[in-house]
Amino acid sequence: MFKGLGAQRLVALFVGGCLLFNFPLLGLWDRDATLFGVPLFPAALFILWALLIANMAWLMERSAHKPRDD
Amino acid sequence: MLSPALVIGTSFAYLLLLFAVAYYGDWRAAHGRSIIANPWTYSLSLAVYCTAWTYFGSVGRAASGGVWFLPIYLGPTLAMVLGWMVLRKMIRIAKAYRITSIADFIGSRYGKSPLLAGLVTLIAVVGIIPYIALQLKAVSAGYALLTLPDGGDAAAPLHWGRDSAFYVALVLAGFTMMFGARHLDAAERHEGMVAAIAFESVVKLVAFLAVGLFVVYGLFDGLADLFGRARAVPALQNLMRLEQGGTFSWTQWFALTLLSMLSVLFLPRQFQLMVVENVRESHLRRAIWVFPLYLLLINLFVLPIALGGLLYFGSGQMNAENFVISLPLAAGQQGLALFVFIGGLSASTGMVIVETIAVSTMVSNELVMPLLLRTRHFRPAAGHDLTRLLLGIRRAAILGVLVLGYLYFHLAGEVYALVSIGLISFAAVAQFAPAVLGGLYWKGATRRGALAGLLAGFLMWIYTLMLPSIAKSGWLDTAFITEGPWGLAFLKPEQLLGLQGLDGLTHSLFWSLLANVAAYVGLSLWRAPSGQEASQALLFVDVFQRQAASSPVFWRGQASVPDLLSLCERYLGLQKARRLFEDYARSVGATAVAAMAPDARLVQFVETQLAGAVGSASARVLVASVAEEEVLTPEDVLRILDETSQVRAYSRELEDKSRSLERATAELRQANEQLKSLDRLKDDFMSSVTHELRTPLTSIRALAELMRDDPDMAPGQRQQFVAIIVAETERLSRLVNQVLDMAKIESGHAEWHNTEVDLRALLAQALATTAEMFRERQCAVEVSMPAQVRTLRADPDRLMQVILNLLSNAVKFVPVSGARVAVSLTSDATGLTVQVQDNGPGVPPEQQGLIFEKFRQGGDAANRPQGTGLGLPISRQIVEHFGGRLWLESKPGQGACFTFFLPWSPATSDAAKTREGDRHEPKNSGGR
Repeated sequence: MFKGLGAQRLVALFVGGCLLFNFPLLGLWDRDATLFGVPLFPAALFILWALLIANMAWLMERSAHKPRDD
Repeated sequence: MLSPALVIGTSFAYLLLLFAVAYYGDWRAAHGRSIIANPWTYSLSLAVYCTAWTYFGSVGRAASGGVWFLPIYLGPTLAMVLGWMVLRKMIRIAKAYRITSIADFIGSRYGKSPLLAGLVTLIAVVGIIPYIALQLKAVSAGYALLTLPDGGDAAAPLHWGRDSAFYVALVLAGFTMMFGARHLDAAERHEGMVAAIAFESVVKLVAFLAVGLFVVYGLFDGLADLFGRARAVPALQNLMRLEQGGTFSWTQWFALTLLSMLSVLFLPRQFQLMVVENVRESHLRRAIWVFPLYLLLINLFVLPIALGGLLYFGSGQMNAENFVISLPLAAGQQGLALFVFIGGLSASTGMVIVETIAVSTMVSNELVMPLLLRTRHFRPAAGHDLTRLLLGIRRAAILGVLVLGYLYFHLAGEVYALVSIGLISFAAVAQFAPAVLGGLYWKGATRRGALAGLLAGFLMWIYTLMLPSIAKSGWLDTAFITEGPWGLAFLKPEQLLGLQGLDGLTHSLFWSLLANVAAYVGLSLWRAPSGQEASQALLFVDVFQRQAASSPVFWRGQASVPDLLSLCERYLGLQKARRLFEDYARSVGATAVAAMAPDARLVQFVETQLAGAVGSASARVLVASVAEEEVLTPEDVLRILDETSQVRAYSRELEDKSRSLERATAELRQANEQLKSLDRLKDDFMSSVTHELRTPLTSIRALAELMRDDPDMAPGQRQQFVAIIVAETERLSRLVNQVLDMAKIESGHAEWHNTEVDLRALLAQALATTAEMFRERQCAVEVSMPAQVRTLRADPDRLMQVILNLLSNAVKFVPVSGARVAVSLTSDATGLTVQVQDNGPGVPPEQQGLIFEKFRQGGDAANRPQGTGLGLPISRQIVEHFGGRLWLESKPGQGACFTFFLPWSPATSDAAKTREGDRHEPKNSGGR
């Protein structure tokens, strides 16, 4: 089930995502600063989120034509 | 404000459009051109996760808590990362065993237990009804906001006859009955419904983005302006920060993320669309990233809208949950406000439709059917068609769920804020997580464990979350929250056993999941699973390791085909049952339905088909009513598994053997073809040879007969005849020699006397030999060769034969006057090239390939010069023997140019190697 390189990458991504969006890493972005006029903390949240999705898309779509990897 | 007629008219026009989309989806499916068999439709349909709660509630939450609206969407994103493993497994199982709902899934996993499925259904109904009420409330609130002059006290319910929510509920009930309970088989897809949901997902996203863009760029001067002005207000500054002035509650953040992570997998509507309605497993690939992307997009403007609303109206002036409508309305953008309302309507209707289908399927399959089957009076005669009754039950369940939702809204609508209802529902479905996830990966989990876990978690949820929220809304005395029941402080529902420092939701989630997991694991470990539980565990946990054909059948007993058929006819309909049985008979190779053996596989097939209609627990009861089943022990299960894997091993072996047999057959066929073509070649060769031999023989015989019949022939004449006979005999023997030569070379029996050959010397010798011939034809010879060339390992006599053949060919075809032949020798790094160019008529393109074939000569029959037609084929064979090539370049009228190339090392040619056999000595590159 969790064999195969693709599955291991997904698990790693999951663990990474859980770490990024929780204590204490998320707290690092809580600063009184702005990014192009947008407060840093919400901006960072959305950018991290977008990066996570981009990674998922990359992992899923690149192996779309390969045989199953479960 | 807008006129009620306009709002109602637009809303119903939108709902009609929804009907049209759903109808179109069903129509396309009926014509075999599904519009939902598409990864994008599937991905969009999952966005049913975003309900009115997202649409209105997120802004409200952001206005009071900043980024606290986000964990509800980060959780699903993280869950989808693992979706490829977890969800795909659930989809595979649901397809294989025709699972109709999450209650069916859990019940089926733990030995097809009706009790367990019923409990899951109960939890789902209790947990979900408030959530449905919440959607109706959102529609009603939005309607009031648009139509009442002061924006209205949105929460106050009206008399039902004047209440928009009541009519919306009725329309939705109609829609759901029409597109959600059209056919009996709940495991079949509701194509029209899914198409409508995907359409609604687009509408709500576009509407929300529209209002977001309007607030940021219409009311304010872009994001930087909005955030800049918000930062200037001290009360709003904290909303853009994590800690918001106090300490950040990481536990609550984590709890919300975990809660939403579990909800996105186990909410009945998500299970319905992700698992039951999935057309192809591969669609999940796209959905895994498109669905989180959708969540990101719909949340992009939540914080800007919340801040914009607070800046525009001032804090505390307006209900922030209504900002999406009240902001455009206040700015005079009535069209946009109406569009946003339609977006909210699509968010709530989508959720209500799918949730109702899912819950009503559970209610009819897992609560009503088992009760009906237990009733003694419910024993209809054979042949009695029950399909209409079943559909009726499902439709009644749909209506019942919606009416309950409306009643709940009517009674409790004013007391709850949107967010809290949603989270309470989430916490209820989170109780399914241990039983489902454990059931997917842990074979040792038992029915008892799952029952106890669910029950413990559910009771804990009621005590620590549901009751306090009811008490807080004023229906219960709040003393039991503050003092504890009967004054027992350690039983305080929000501080159980004195646990403090957690908010109500986190506290409840912790205790309920703890009780759930502890009971689930503890009781599972207490007793080993029974045979039935063990067999279902194997089928679920190892679903990826077997294909349908080779999966074991855990059934032992006696059954009869007519009984099974009549059972199916009753519950699936006459025609459908007949068709299923005929298809099955064909697939097992039986001539007719009656000729089938009533084996375990057939029983399993019937049970799976029934499960799609009435749920697996009821299907099991039904099959048991017509078949005598033997109870399986865990040992039996292991034995069946063993047998199945042996059968699988045999069949794999058999497959291997038949594959290798096929390969051998193909090889033999190829060899046979080759032999046949060789045989044909040999025949051609024989006829050519005999033809060539007959010509000189005929003339010899004719002349000899002339001389025999005329003894008085003049001596001069006789001498001339004898000379001709001698010449013809020579030609004959030359021909025979060449044929022998050819045969030897071709068969590989030719003798090769390889030495180091100086091709320059060889060429000079050949020119000397043929000098007389050239002089006779008055042909000029131009020779060009380098002063020195490396030697080549080859047979000089054979090469001489090639060169002589090319030279004599050239001289045969040169014109009578101005004849000229050019001979050149060149060498490069790879080998030697010899070229013989004449200025004769050349070879027409169509003959260039033919002249290398045996007995084919250039030129037309009339002026064909003397020759056997074997010279060029033999030459080519010789050159190829040394790994080289012989070819012709010629354009008509410009003479012919024969060229042969010999490589320094013949090893490049495999043909040469094999023909030369063991007498071949590898040539060293050092030359002499």
